Parts: sequence; structure tokens; C-alpha cells
Amino acid sequence: MYTETVRDYFLNPRNVGSLDHADGIGEVGNAKCGDVMKISIKVEDDRITDVRFETFGCAAAIASSSIATEMIKGKTLDEALQVTNRDVLNALGGLPAEKIHCSLLAEEGIRAAVEDYRSRMAESA
Amino acid sequence: MEQRRVYLDHSATTPVDDRVLEAMMPFFKGDFGNPNSIHAWGRRVREHVNGAREHVASLLGAEPREIIFTGGGSEADNLAIKGAAFALKARGKHVITSAIEHHAVLDTVKWLGENGFDVTILPVDAQGMVSPETFRNSLREDTVFATVMYANNEVGTVQPIAELGAICRERGILFHTDAVQAAGHIPIDVRTLPVDMLTLSAHKMYGPKGVGALYLRKGVRIPPLVHGGGQEFGLRSGTENTAGIVGFGEAALLALDRFENGDDEKERFLRDKLIDGIQARIDAVLLTGHRTQRLPFHASVCIEHIEGEAMLLRLDAVGIGASSGSACTSGSLDPSHVLLAMGLSHVTAHGSLRLSLGKDTTEADIDYVLDALPPVVETLRAMSPFGRK
Repeated sequence: MYTETVRDYFLNPRNVGSLDHADGIGEVGNAKCGDVMKISIKVEDDRITDVRFETFGCAAAIASSSIATEMIKGKTLDEALQVTNRDVLNALGGLPAEKIHCSLLAEEGIRAAVEDYRSRMAESA
Repeated sequence: MEQRRVYLDHSATTPVDDRVLEAMMPFFKGDFGNPNSIHAWGRRVREHVNGAREHVASLLGAEPREIIFTGGGSEADNLAIKGAAFALKARGKHVITSAIEHHAVLDTVKWLGENGFDVTILPVDAQGMVSPETFRNSLREDTVFATVMYANNEVGTVQPIAELGAICRERGILFHTDAVQAAGHIPIDVRTLPVDMLTLSAHKMYGPKGVGALYLRKGVRIPPLVHGGGQEFGLRSGTENTAGIVGFGEAALLALDRFENGDDEKERFLRDKLIDGIQARIDAVLLTGHRTQRLPFHASVCIEHIEGEAMLLRLDAVGIGASSGSACTSGSLDPSHVLLAMGLSHVTAHGSLRLSLGKDTTEADIDYVLDALPPVVETLRAMSPFGRK
């Protein structure tokens, strides 16, 4: 049911954890529905220099969040916001139909983390 | 070294016993006759079908005439429930079941509810047990039929079937129990157990898939689900699945042997070792189902802060086959209706894990699982935003 890439990112997830002194944190999903994704980012000069994730959820949710962290690391915030669930799906080689929402969660997680960073900046400005 | 493989999903299905397979083989080729034929080919097979009926009957203390072979447990449930409803609809329209039934029962009863019947779905307590008191209080003047499962597939709880059946008998209500998980694993004797109908499935007791049976007490009359050539005493038309039926008969005899040898005690010992071991090695674990009133081969827990499907795939990666009632394994957004009916929160229910042992499960298998499970849980908790760091 899962591609080799999904299995790989699920069994050997990259960028697990949370960053001390993160510049932005996005937490999306709903524990009741079985998926919660938390993405923390470090930002320097408008660029994501480091990123970590923590996910409560199934293999697809874990793999989606892990690959998403790789996809935005080193990108500018605007570039990161361009990453869509379609990109996450393609990177994973696809997900079963009933798991597509996991890739959407990754997209939302990235957006929430960037928005959190920007609102913190706006507050301190 | 080759990885150890431990199958602990016997509630889903069991392997066909070698002796069962051996008994079945002749009926695919040499003894291929149709048991309804009058010639030698047919007569020979008819004898074996009759023999199998005696064997399955003996597992329950029933008479052979009371065993109706079907195409599986779900079909037997449908035959019992729709048959009872159709037979009794002139007498009353109220039907009772429980919230933790298998979907083969629950969805069939709900379908009756959409087709002119009044349905009461009884709640269960935190252990997944139906209370005889609640059951009694739900009875109405027009209650004609009740169905409550013998033992639950997801949490292993064994219901007070004798008490529920006695209440039904007292009130003249037809009573069915789905004993798919229990038959062949817990001794059942319909000579003393007050049930009118009881469902069995061969593949849950080391027989083949695609064959089940309904025990139908003598004197109880229901119409068939499948009309046609009038096989199975007119209750299930269609040429008999002869190999499957013979295999079911053999599986029933082997189950009786296991009772005689006290094999269920061995299973119970390993089950308890597994449950106790999990609770000792992993924190924030909740046993689901009743601690003692449970199937001898069944262990089920909810592990907090992580999700079931992720657990299953990581266990699979180390050679362990298990199952879960999490939403991600059911293909819906909600976790198992059984766990929710027991009052568990969605979040806890998402972390459900079921380990169901088999007759060939060894203590070394259990030791392997007890070593393999904690690191799986730890890894997933380290990834979880809810995991304790």
C-alpha cells in the first residue's frame, strides 16, 4: 500500500524532534482525527536554516512531515510557502487515496510555521 | 540470521491446520462429486458432508440436524438476523443488540432498523461488557429478537451469554449469539447454554476460509437467505462447499482435542505473560477489555501518545503481525466503534494494538514480542508531540 519512499521516510525519518529557541512553530491537525503535526523552524535572513518535526499519526503522516522538512530546509520563506501537498505527494511517490490528507497536513504545517515566524517578527517590530 | 516471524493476528484469521488441509484435499479432485447426486460419486461425498456436520455439532453438543453450513460467519449472522426478523415480524418489531458487535451483526441489525424494525443498541461498560440488568430493562412487549456476541474480536471480552439467553428464554425472545471468536477456543455446550442460534466460522479455528455455520436449535423456524436447490435443510441453497465443509469438520475435531489436552490453559498462560509483560515494560498503557473474562488467546491494549497503524508497520518491519482499531487502519476518520463504545477517547483509541495468539505460539515468540515492542513504542513516542521526553 505504501511506496518504498514512504516506508523509508517512516522507518528512518529525517529531522525528528523540536528546535530549542525555534523562530517559528506550526502545529496543525487534530488528535481526535489521529493526526497532529508540529513543525519548528530556524530562520536567518528570511531563509529556513533548520527544521524539525514531531508527528502523532500514521506512517503516511510521519513520512509526509519528514519529507516536507527536507523540502523546505535552505529555502526562503516565500519559497517554502510554494510547497504544496502535491509536491509532497510527488516526492513520496504517491499515497493511498485515503491518506492524501496527510500530505495536506504537511503543507498546512509549513504554512503555520512560517506564519508563526512572521507574526512574531511583526510583534517584535 | 533470518528474522524471527511472529504472527499474532489469529483474531483476523488462523492458518489451516495440516490435518485439516489433508482431510480437504481429496474433495477437490478424486472425490469431486456433488453430494446431491444419486450416483456413487455423489453418495460418497454426501457421507463425508454428513460426517463433518456431526463433527461440528459435537463441538457444540448439538445435533447434526441443527448445523447449517454457510459461506462464512458473516453469512451465518445475516441468515440468523434477517431470518429471525422475517419469521417474527408479525409478532413484534423490536430487536436488541449491543454496541460492540461485529459489523456483520451491527450493520445487519441497523438495516432492519431502516426497514420497519425498532432497534435498541445496548451500551457496554468500560470493560466492554453488556450488563444483564441493562439488557433486561431494555426489553419491551414487542421485543422478538436479540443478538449479543459471545466474545468480542477487538477487546476479547466474553459476554454473560448464559444470563442473557436465560432472560430471553423467560420472555420468549429468540436469541442469537455470534460466537465466531469463541467457538473452538472456549468450550460451548448448547445443551445447557440457552441460545437459539449461534454463528461459527471455520477460518477462525484453523479451518479454511469461505465456510461457516449457523447452529439453529431444533424447532426454531426461519426462512432462508439464499433460495434455490434446497440444500442445508432448505436453509442455504447452493451446491455444498464440500472440501471446506470437510475441513471445518476436521477443525472441529481438532478443537475438541485441544480442549481435552488443556491447550487453552497454555494459551491463557502466554496471553497473561504478554499482557503483564507489556504493562511492566511500557508506561501509559491501558488494557482494553476485561482482564479475566476474555478470550484465552487475546491481548489488547491502547498505548498512549502514538498511533496504531504506525505501530503495526514498525512491528511488521521486525517480523511481527498484529492489528489495531485505529482510524488509520479502518479507512475512516473514527477509530473502532468498540473502543469508543467502551468510553475511550478518540486519542487513546487511535493507539490501539491487538495481539491475538494461536495454538502454535510459543513462549519464545512472546519473549521476542516483549523485547521488540518497547523500542517501537519508544521510537514513535520520541517522534510524537505528545510523547514524554
